Amino acid sequence: MHHTAILFLEFGAIVLALGILGALALRVGISPIPLYLIAGLAFGTGGVLPLATSDDFVGVGAELGVVLLLLTLGLEYNADELVTSLTGNIRAGIVDLVLNAAPGAICALLLGWGPVAAVAMAGVTYATSSGITAKVLSDLGWIGNRETPTVLSLLVFEDLTMAVYLPILTTILAGLSLASGAVAVGVALLTVSAVLVVALKFGRFIESFVSSPNNEVLLLKVVGLALLVAGLAQQLNVSAAVGAFLVGIALSGELAEDAQALLAPLRDLFAAVFFVFFGLQTDPAKILPVAGLAALLAVVSMVTKLLTGAYAARRAGIGKAGQARAGIALIPRGEFNIVIAGLAVGAGAHPDLGALAAAYVLILAAFGPLAAKLVQPLITSIAKRS
Amino acid sequence: MEVEQTALPGIGLRHDFTTRKGQRVGVVSHRTGRRDLVIYDADDPDAVCHVVKLNDEEADALAELLGAPRIVQRLNQLHEQVEGLVSVQMPVPDGSPYAGRPMGDARVRTRTSASIVAVVRSGRVFASPGPDFVFAAGDVVVVVGSEDTTAEVAGILADG
Repeated sequence: MHHTAILFLEFGAIVLALGILGALALRVGISPIPLYLIAGLAFGTGGVLPLATSDDFVGVGAELGVVLLLLTLGLEYNADELVTSLTGNIRAGIVDLVLNAAPGAICALLLGWGPVAAVAMAGVTYATSSGITAKVLSDLGWIGNRETPTVLSLLVFEDLTMAVYLPILTTILAGLSLASGAVAVGVALLTVSAVLVVALKFGRFIESFVSSPNNEVLLLKVVGLALLVAGLAQQLNVSAAVGAFLVGIALSGELAEDAQALLAPLRDLFAAVFFVFFGLQTDPAKILPVAGLAALLAVVSMVTKLLTGAYAARRAGIGKAGQARAGIALIPRGEFNIVIAGLAVGAGAHPDLGALAAAYVLILAAFGPLAAKLVQPLITSIAKRS
Repeated sequence: MEVEQTALPGIGLRHDFTTRKGQRVGVVSHRTGRRDLVIYDADDPDAVCHVVKLNDEEADALAELLGAPRIVQRLNQLHEQVEGLVSVQMPVPDGSPYAGRPMGDARVRTRTSASIVAVVRSGRVFASPGPDFVFAAGDVVVVVGSEDTTAEVAGILADG
């Protein structure tokens, strides 16, 4: 068969399968992310239906997915919100960072994977999935709840931490010597701060450059700018994802809303491809041996997120039931954790890291929203009784 | 009644307040223009028990239903009051004997039958101040009464 024909057949089969899985997830009321990961495992090497020809094509699609994911994430925030929630919640944010990065880092060190894998695993257990959590909040009607601003500002804090963490991670993963590594981290951090300052001070100029009443022109300008900055960031070892995130932050207001609406379908397509690609790279045979460990790690980090949420909500003067809800809302892990694991696997941090992260995210992406749904009636009855 | 405003990063704004009967209600304004009318649980005051999702048009209709009759009522009240009434703004001068003293000490209503309805201090309005509201030199006092009684109030504020 013609090469292009096989490519289309395979890619079409993947995307169609994702559509069917998405419909299934919708019916059951869970996040589709775990199903996409499973699909990737099934299509990859050692899976039920290995596909080989479209690997490169899917790989590029996955990279695009990460860039679009972070671009739209950045579009959700404006620079003012980032600064306010940074100054208002720094204490809860640090508790979040320490409590939730620790399980991953400690786990990697105990396994003897070395400090580089420990830094990567810290990121895998730290970041809550803002995508899944936002969906949980809106599905369960928790957006108006009084603990929700606390949850949202923790998410913003995490995203900002990511903007600093990802460049550090990519530099460490590049395996430079200590001295040149330190220089590279310095360059990376300088770049991030420079872009943040530009976004804060001169966001309006970028907006007036990008802005257009025509949807097509707006879409092309936003995607073009994001890819350009992503490429530049990658060249400077800052990671493409962070570059795109910063472009998203620089744009705000109506322009950001329009761009978000235009990008949503593109992002959904390529983000799904990204999850599949991560699954493709992971050998399903490796998952079983680490499944128990992943479950243990998931339980530990569920507890640490609960503690984080309860602590932050209590500081905001929220009652017991609201504290519990804040903790539960923070449990889901998803896109970011896979992005981090993807970077680590790509750089060859440790052969088992991908499988462990995949199993871990599978558990928490599926269980987080379910926990929120199942636990809410329990909380309500307890709150009503006391 | 105090309306609390809270930013919801990535979503929009929330305004909420407690009614006199203890029911907490609020409005979540999404950036997309969607408005949620939220009613809080009496047993768990942090949790929303009812959400009414409204689009632009529905939110406008609700606002009109709640707000329009109230505006008409206020206009009617104004009409009744307008004849023979004046509202005058006057400063509390630097040497005023009442600067730094509670408003009750001046006994404005008893002495002149005019009413102090508001005090403006550096751009902030204190509506219907009580007798223990303390004047400061430079305050602007809004007085409602007849031509004569409001002039008497100006005299009291200046000379005691």
